[in-house]
Amino acid sequence: MRVLRAVVVTLVVVFLLAPLVVIAVGSVNQNRYLNFPPEGFSLSWYAQLFTDSGWRTSIRYSVTIATLSAALAVLVATPLAYVLRAYRIRLAPLFYTLGILPFMLPPIISALGMQVFWLSTGHVGRIENVIIAHAIFFSTLPLVTISLAMETMDQALPEAAQTLGADQRTTFRTITLPLLIPSMVTGFAAALVLSLNEYIISFLVAGFTIETLPVKIVNGLRYGFTPTIAAVAVVFILIAATTFTLFAIFGNLMKFLGADPAILEKNKAT
Amino acid sequence: MSVREKPSGRTLGVLAFPVGMLVVFFLIPFGIMVATSFYHRVPGAFYTPAFEFANWQRLFQPVFLERALFSIGICLLAGFVCIVVAFPFTYFLTRMRGRPHVILLVVVLSALSLSEVIVAFSWYILLGRASGISNILVWLGIMNESAAYQPSFAAVLLGLCYIAFPYCILTLYPQLTRLDPEITEAAQTLGASPWRTFWTVVVPIARPILVAGFLLVFVFTLGSYLIADFLGRPEHWTLSVFIANQASANANVPFAATMAIFLTLLSLIVVALVGLIESRTRRLI
Repeated sequence: MRVLRAVVVTLVVVFLLAPLVVIAVGSVNQNRYLNFPPEGFSLSWYAQLFTDSGWRTSIRYSVTIATLSAALAVLVATPLAYVLRAYRIRLAPLFYTLGILPFMLPPIISALGMQVFWLSTGHVGRIENVIIAHAIFFSTLPLVTISLAMETMDQALPEAAQTLGADQRTTFRTITLPLLIPSMVTGFAAALVLSLNEYIISFLVAGFTIETLPVKIVNGLRYGFTPTIAAVAVVFILIAATTFTLFAIFGNLMKFLGADPAILEKNKAT
Repeated sequence: MSVREKPSGRTLGVLAFPVGMLVVFFLIPFGIMVATSFYHRVPGAFYTPAFEFANWQRLFQPVFLERALFSIGICLLAGFVCIVVAFPFTYFLTRMRGRPHVILLVVVLSALSLSEVIVAFSWYILLGRASGISNILVWLGIMNESAAYQPSFAAVLLGLCYIAFPYCILTLYPQLTRLDPEITEAAQTLGASPWRTFWTVVVPIARPILVAGFLLVFVFTLGSYLIADFLGRPEHWTLSVFIANQASANANVPFAATMAIFLTLLSLIVVALVGLIESRTRRLI
């Protein structure tokens, strides 16, 4: 069992890290074409990322879309998650299903749906089209995190507030909402990261006018590889890895991912 | 927990925004897509509203049915491979202590946050002739000549597994951490080997979550477009590739809509079937 464990863990880690290594090597290769073994060392591809106006525009589009769509996703998800869990509503399962359905179906469905929708309204190729499409598609993530927080919340807290004379609105504002903030932030972060990386929806909704980073990378690859693409990828990976490492240092990454703290404690002891 | 109250009219009003957004920007677009699947395509131009079955008839040509079966097949296979590898991996992961545990989680999360674009592109390089795995093997003297492993079926399968694998691990993770070590210890105290403990204790407990992970990978990979496009030949393309191509390059949006609805139905049917099989067989054990 111990040998098996070492083999499985090593193979999986190599498998997961392999693409990261290729990209990292490719991004500092002096040669314009990727070759092996790599020749020379150069950071010029990273510099190009911030000096080239095309890449800069794409970075701006991507960051704008990711931030606004993640915020809108939280705005859509919060009232839904709150009302469905706090009140007795007969149609609650139906509304909840409606909320998670976009994300459950393959993204190509949302992509094409939004494409024909905007075509039929005549409002084509705008940045807000992509923002709304991403917000709806990724609203499932905050919906799930906030619903979970509602379920695990100590009901005595809002009840105590109401016993002390707070009306529902005050209870929500002073008790429930502050307790929901961590799950809203988590949902926001998840939606943000996935929106930054999303390709097919951005491409079909407004790919020809609003070139987000993933769309620009694919368009670039169709004409052939440039190390700048690898440099973009490395920046992406670094952002993600830093975020998660900070989570691990300052928060409890295991608990955040749903591990049972009591059991983890036990594992540590044995 | 106390009995939940019935909502007041004003509280229901709070629901208007999220539900309205979902209806306007998800249900209505889906409805328009259904309508579009009956529209008439004007070659060279765009499409005009109509009510005809030409697109649906085209869908039932052997070539597209064969594509649908291929898509389902390769995605089920990806689900199977992911579960077979992710289950023992996640099990070992949850049994690890402190730092290695956290480091592995960061690796998994970093892989998860990789764009499909970057995954497709880096495996394209890794499996290619110019600067891939085979070049390293040649350099080490293991192989005589570099070889290309893509485009191929195996390359597409590998890419699909890569994008779904982190999600699969994170689905299994919460449940497997809750698997009390005392249970497995009890089995071993009673004389079961680690191997036997795994098969007779861990696997049955984890069954529902394994099915959930399997379904997740299936639906997730079914929606992948770039992997098959980059790492496969046209005969390895999944329905998603055809839909995206028809919706963009060929500008045959009505046919793309038809295939998209077909894909939705297919994924719902397979999910329902697997759920049904799961609940049936569980009763037998």
